[in-house]
Amino acid sequence: MSNDATGVRSSVRSYILENLLFSSDPNDLPDDASLLDRGIIDSTGVLELVLFLEENFGLQVKASEMLPQNFDSVNAITAFVERARSPA
Amino acid sequence: MCGIAGFFGTPDAPDTARRTLERMIRTLHHRGPDGYGFHVDGGAGLAHARLAVIDLATGAQPIANERGDVWTVFNGEIFNYRTLRTELERRGHRFATQSDTEVIVHLYEEHGDRFVEHLNGDFAIALWDAARRRLLLARDRCGVRPLFLARVAGRLWFGSEIKALLAALPGHAQLDPASLAQTLTYWGPVEPGSVFAGIESLPPGHLLAVEDDGCESLACYWDWSFPEPGAPRRTSVEQAAEELRELLSDAVRLRLQADVPLGAYLSGGLDSSATVALMCALGQRNVRTFSIAFDEAEFDESAEQAAMVRHLGTDHTVLRCSRRAIGEAFPAFVRQVETPVLRTAGAPLMLLARQVREAGYKVVLTGEGADEVFGGYDLFKEAKVRRFWARQPGSRFRPALLGRLYGYLENSPVQHAALAQSFFGRGMEHLARPVFAHVPRWTSSQHALRFLAPELRAGLADWNALDWYEERLPPATRRWGPLARDQYVEAKSLLAAYLLPAQGDRPAMAHSVEGRFPFLDHRVIEFANALPEHWKIRGMTEKYLLRRALHGLLPEAIRTRTKQPYRAPDQSSFFVDGEPLDYVAELMGEARIRAAGWFDAPAVGRLFEKCRRGRAIGFADNQAFVGILSTMLVHEHFVRQAAA
Repeated sequence: MSNDATGVRSSVRSYILENLLFSSDPNDLPDDASLLDRGIIDSTGVLELVLFLEENFGLQVKASEMLPQNFDSVNAITAFVERARSPA
Repeated sequence: MCGIAGFFGTPDAPDTARRTLERMIRTLHHRGPDGYGFHVDGGAGLAHARLAVIDLATGAQPIANERGDVWTVFNGEIFNYRTLRTELERRGHRFATQSDTEVIVHLYEEHGDRFVEHLNGDFAIALWDAARRRLLLARDRCGVRPLFLARVAGRLWFGSEIKALLAALPGHAQLDPASLAQTLTYWGPVEPGSVFAGIESLPPGHLLAVEDDGCESLACYWDWSFPEPGAPRRTSVEQAAEELRELLSDAVRLRLQADVPLGAYLSGGLDSSATVALMCALGQRNVRTFSIAFDEAEFDESAEQAAMVRHLGTDHTVLRCSRRAIGEAFPAFVRQVETPVLRTAGAPLMLLARQVREAGYKVVLTGEGADEVFGGYDLFKEAKVRRFWARQPGSRFRPALLGRLYGYLENSPVQHAALAQSFFGRGMEHLARPVFAHVPRWTSSQHALRFLAPELRAGLADWNALDWYEERLPPATRRWGPLARDQYVEAKSLLAAYLLPAQGDRPAMAHSVEGRFPFLDHRVIEFANALPEHWKIRGMTEKYLLRRALHGLLPEAIRTRTKQPYRAPDQSSFFVDGEPLDYVAELMGEARIRAAGWFDAPAVGRLFEKCRRGRAIGFADNQAFVGILSTMLVHEHFVRQAAA
């Protein structure tokens, strides 16, 4: 798993395409598209996404971080992972 | 309980007609293993497969009137037949049997097509008026008993199950793409459709008359109806609770009529517990009860079942149902329900029916229908909270009420408040629409449409599921209160189109077991529909008046227990240690998916892999997987194998 921002974005995109959109077409997923608005994730689907992030990026997502703004787009997720991995 | 089949139209030679009827009715042997009966008259044919429950000696069908010019076959029970018979005898009708069936022909003589309005029961009826050469088909108010139709080769064909029609009409088994999309969205095809092209379901509460010249008229004799807001209240809550208890007791009493022993399902919830408690209160001794237990705590209600068994002293049998047992039973279950489903929950009920039958029972009472009638589902409370929230969208307190829902789910959609609010806060623009409450459920279900083959998806590009459903609702729904609208849509989309066929009639009849549902007595429904909405859901307490009516009858822990809907493990039932059951691997494999043509093989492959790895947590993926697999099973059994 690549650790830089580009790698994170690419991994997140691939995961969402493969496991939430079940598609191989990158055009199906603009980086700024709202996953909730498009019905790509619902409130339980987001738990799958969190599991993926924790397992692949060495994170522990806190309950206080379970917010729609952290998980609603590829951009938002990438930024969240970057923030979470930054030294405090 | 039985199966019926037949036709009306272009005549055949009598022996040909008889052979056709025999082919049809043999497919319904599971519904009526106690004997067949036939009547052929010119272009009309009636066939009956009997499950003997009332009047074991003389109750065989078809049954005719005194002159032999009105004939009927019917599936179900007329619970008020004794009262009707007394009245008909007073009017001079002579009865030849002790069966409930015979009241049908005499009532028709007395009231014509309006005979059906006098029946309190669960029924699918075919009535042949030989003198006027007309056929009537009627179905009970809620749709407990099935009845399917097809118009082919100058005839109207009918049968309790689609397999009876296909026995007479080989080559007509084709799935209908529009009905498939409806099923994957609303959980069942919208009446009068079925998932098969050219095969219709007679809508609940309807009567179809077919005249000798082929003219048809379809009439609705009953529907769920609610008062308009502001209608005067008749009574106090105390009086209403008392009245309801008496009414429920009478509904149970009527359903205790049988010439065979009766059992009951006991889930551990309020509704089935109330049914069994009322049976005991009416003097039934040593009541035999049956329930399902699951290994997974999320689905299991064993502790509550045991508490009720202790309280009532019933003779109880538990069927412990493993995930693997569900997966292995699923193909037989889908053959029985003849339609794609989004949940596996009917399969354990089919296994339970086998246990009931093996124990020597043909009839069980259950608590089905109480949640629709008295506002029991979380969907109703969820809609209430969302409406309350919409009045002050900026409120932090109002959406927090969502946290009181879905407590029974391991992965609850409300466990993280901000995410729940974001999800349930969507669709608020539909606030004034009759389908408002169902937007979250249908949005989640529609995830399955992503897996349709590209050309089918393209065909649905202009289909708006909310508009389409709403266009078919009676105009009166727009004048009702919000809960009434929610209940109406639930009664049609969930109860009639999914629960009654896929968790009621079909799984039970797979093993010749008849389910009886006191909460769906039309007097109970009409009583409940007239109640103020806050007597059904008071604050966040569902089924408030029902709970109040049951005071003293049930242990307090059961009477005050929060609703836990009956569910079973879904996609996990089809994998053992990460490996699919053999038939699942084959049907969900690329070759079979492509050959069937309904789904996009690469997308299904990705979903399959996700499920195999145990990563499908949410409802949407689970429902999509079960929907795709069951569609493939319907295609396999009714289309591919039939064509081979």
